[in-house]
Amino acid sequence: MELEFAAIELNLFLDTHPEDRCALADFEKVSQELMKAKTEFEARYGPLMNFGFGRNQGDTWRWIESPWPWEINFKGFELYGEE
Amino acid sequence: MWIYEKKLEYPVRVSSTNPRLAKVIITQYGGPDGELAASLRYLTQRYSMPTPQAKAVLTDIGTEELAHMEIVATLVYNLIRNATVEQIKAAGLDPYYVDHDKSVYFVNAEGVPWTAAYIQSKGDPIADLHENMAAEQKARATYEYLINVSDDPDVTDTLRFLRQREVVHFQRFGETLNLVHDWLSSKKVFY
Repeated sequence: MELEFAAIELNLFLDTHPEDRCALADFEKVSQELMKAKTEFEARYGPLMNFGFGRNQGDTWRWIESPWPWEINFKGFELYGEE
Repeated sequence: MWIYEKKLEYPVRVSSTNPRLAKVIITQYGGPDGELAASLRYLTQRYSMPTPQAKAVLTDIGTEELAHMEIVATLVYNLIRNATVEQIKAAGLDPYYVDHDKSVYFVNAEGVPWTAAYIQSKGDPIADLHENMAAEQKARATYEYLINVSDDPDVTDTLRFLRQREVVHFQRFGETLNLVHDWLSSKKVFY
């Protein structure tokens, strides 16, 4: 989440400062680390992204197995129970 | 093309059921300065933007606003999902409840549905970028009013993140405006 936030910030900054060498280098570094982290996450929990941008890696369709973002209480990383 | 990522840009923590807070936060979902208006405003204005920087800024900020819309929806849903009818009535949310139950719909804090009249797409990049800078400031002010009203510190934390993003977007739109001014004044061919 932190890596992705850094990548969003650098991306927006580069949109208006496309020749900033320092930001370009930071973006390259962050985006490589982000891709590595996402690959590790997906191997463990299933695809993060739809339409083939994330890997399924299993004999079931893991996209529908993991909880959706509005079903997770980040307070202690618990799932909301049913009513 | 858009790709969905199955995560929030920033975590949503809700301490307890609070339909009263949901009733006001929903304005950042379907109100005039909310995230739906923001994302659609930028994503529809980008087609007539003249410079590469402006096209990129509107595409990328418009996309980030979609992620903010999801954060606001998650806040609202989790503030009302376990509310009893008595709690909903006490919060004055019963008119919403009879139309939408606990689903998330595009209305402002007073229940007025979203309208395209909330956004402008003038075709003139100076006019449109000024509109966007004003929109970011109005959204920032709305988040500050919501923070004043919030009695849930966990919700306030998420609102503070969203408020801060408006400040960054305002900065990027201001830079974009300067770049478009430079482009207009350097243009040699007038049409």
